[in-house]
Amino acid sequence: MTNRVILDPTSEKRMTSRDLLARPKTISGQTIGLLDISKARGDVFLNQLESRLTTAGAKVLRFRKPTFTKPAPVDLRHEIATKCTLVIEALAD
Amino acid sequence: MTVTKNSLRDGWTLIVKRECATCVMVVPVITRLVRELPSLTVYTQDDPTFPEGVAAVNDLDLAASWHADIDTVPTLIFRANGVETARTVGWLRSEWRELTGIADLGAELPEFRPGCGSMSVDPDIVDKLRVRFAGEILHARQIDIASAEDEFEAMFSRGFTDGLPVVPPTPERVMRMLNGTSRAPQEVVAIAPPDLVELTVEKIAINAVMAGCLPEYLPWVIAAIEAICTDEFNMHGVLATTMPVGPVIVCNGPGTRAIGMNSGVNVLGQGNRANLTIGRAVQLIIRNVGGGRPGEVDRAAHGHPGKLGFCFAEDDLGSPFTSLAVARGFDASQNTVTVFTGEGPRCVVDQLAREPEQLAQTLAACLRTVHHPKLPFAFDAMLILGPEHARVFAQANWDRERVLQEINDRLQLPGAEIVRGAGGMAEGVQEAFKDATLPKFRPGGLLLVHAGGPAGLFSAIIGGWVNGSVGSDPVTKLVSA
Repeated sequence: MTNRVILDPTSEKRMTSRDLLARPKTISGQTIGLLDISKARGDVFLNQLESRLTTAGAKVLRFRKPTFTKPAPVDLRHEIATKCTLVIEALAD
Repeated sequence: MTVTKNSLRDGWTLIVKRECATCVMVVPVITRLVRELPSLTVYTQDDPTFPEGVAAVNDLDLAASWHADIDTVPTLIFRANGVETARTVGWLRSEWRELTGIADLGAELPEFRPGCGSMSVDPDIVDKLRVRFAGEILHARQIDIASAEDEFEAMFSRGFTDGLPVVPPTPERVMRMLNGTSRAPQEVVAIAPPDLVELTVEKIAINAVMAGCLPEYLPWVIAAIEAICTDEFNMHGVLATTMPVGPVIVCNGPGTRAIGMNSGVNVLGQGNRANLTIGRAVQLIIRNVGGGRPGEVDRAAHGHPGKLGFCFAEDDLGSPFTSLAVARGFDASQNTVTVFTGEGPRCVVDQLAREPEQLAQTLAACLRTVHHPKLPFAFDAMLILGPEHARVFAQANWDRERVLQEINDRLQLPGAEIVRGAGGMAEGVQEAFKDATLPKFRPGGLLLVHAGGPAGLFSAIIGGWVNGSVGSDPVTKLVSA
């Protein structure tokens, strides 16, 4: 299947605001996505995080954007949203 | 829509496709024209090797055909100084001879053969071509749907729906919808409440696609939007009220029949695409563009199912009365929408009245209960007379004005009956009115419409909302293509 496009039916004047999910009481048992934006040395930070999170009982899934200069592809965002309960994005080096 | 990127050169242009038998038949003519008309350009739509021996320009992407508005092949065009001065379609020997100035052209061929459909108007691909070649008229933000994401669920999850599935508004579908109007996509039709944003034809078309409209419904949706986004109708207030009301759209005129609207059996119910989707489009527009959502600005305590969409046609051909639109100053030949702020309909049963006075008495008794039997003047109502009830009045030669007058005469409420506390009910008018007589409806506050199935001695009442400048007045607008 190829990606499909629809046209925004709203006024586009403001984004839909959504409440943040409640902060989890524990990270044990959570599935945490680590999104590497492909910026240099982001993996060093994320490797350390993965180690700590795994020790704390979380399941960690790693994701990577093709390039830090563009938004994450919609399929990647969807995959993270459907597989993970939490996500941590390494924004910069 | 106007496509102006016609890139054809001056001189003669011929557009053909191999799949067309007429194009194949005229190959000897084309071969001669190539020899005798140096400025001739031949475009081929489906096969770069056709016509054999002719250096045809490949138009497999159909760009030249699209921009030249080709709907038939072969088409022979002559242009001078960038302006098309002559065009013939199919094979008509006399026209080809006149156009080319070659007196004996095609002598070996029959005089006439019709052409074939141009690939640029093939229904299977025309939507894609429209987006490719004219899609720049669309300004709305494009939203990617992930390949693994269900597109219908995606519309729900983004908050775009009224609780029912919507048709995903792809650029192709929106471009097709825009063909339903001559108005420019970026024309601002109204300022949409509650967010008071400019509402363009394009945004209306997007939501009309989502609602399930056909392109020919679009002018009706636009007219209804123009009507509700007026100070008189006060859509903002209609949204924000805690009362269970929304726009009720009554359509009049020959166009209602042209687009297949229902004015008969089950007129207020399900089953008719035009009725349901025009009304739904209006609500989706207010929701998505205006920002009017239940629980936010829409504060209705109960609402009613018709807030999904409430639109129907008056049976003006079958009516013994002048139509609602004519009563409001329009001509019967005009297409109009009248918007009224209404709750859900209720039924009036009277299967025994054979005299008009008896039926007027019944209708008045039922109309008195609109919102509360002790509340006069503040609320309008729409009375939808079924054909069998209308017949009782028609047989007595009562016209629209007489029917309304007789009903209103029976709805002059004695103050003593409707003051607060009377009848054991706290609700009512202030004590100061106990000696007054107050009309249930203000002048013009009772609207009469003829609609419904042919069997059943019933009518329907739609209670209104706070009327006048405090609340809402009915508004009628012309439908224009």
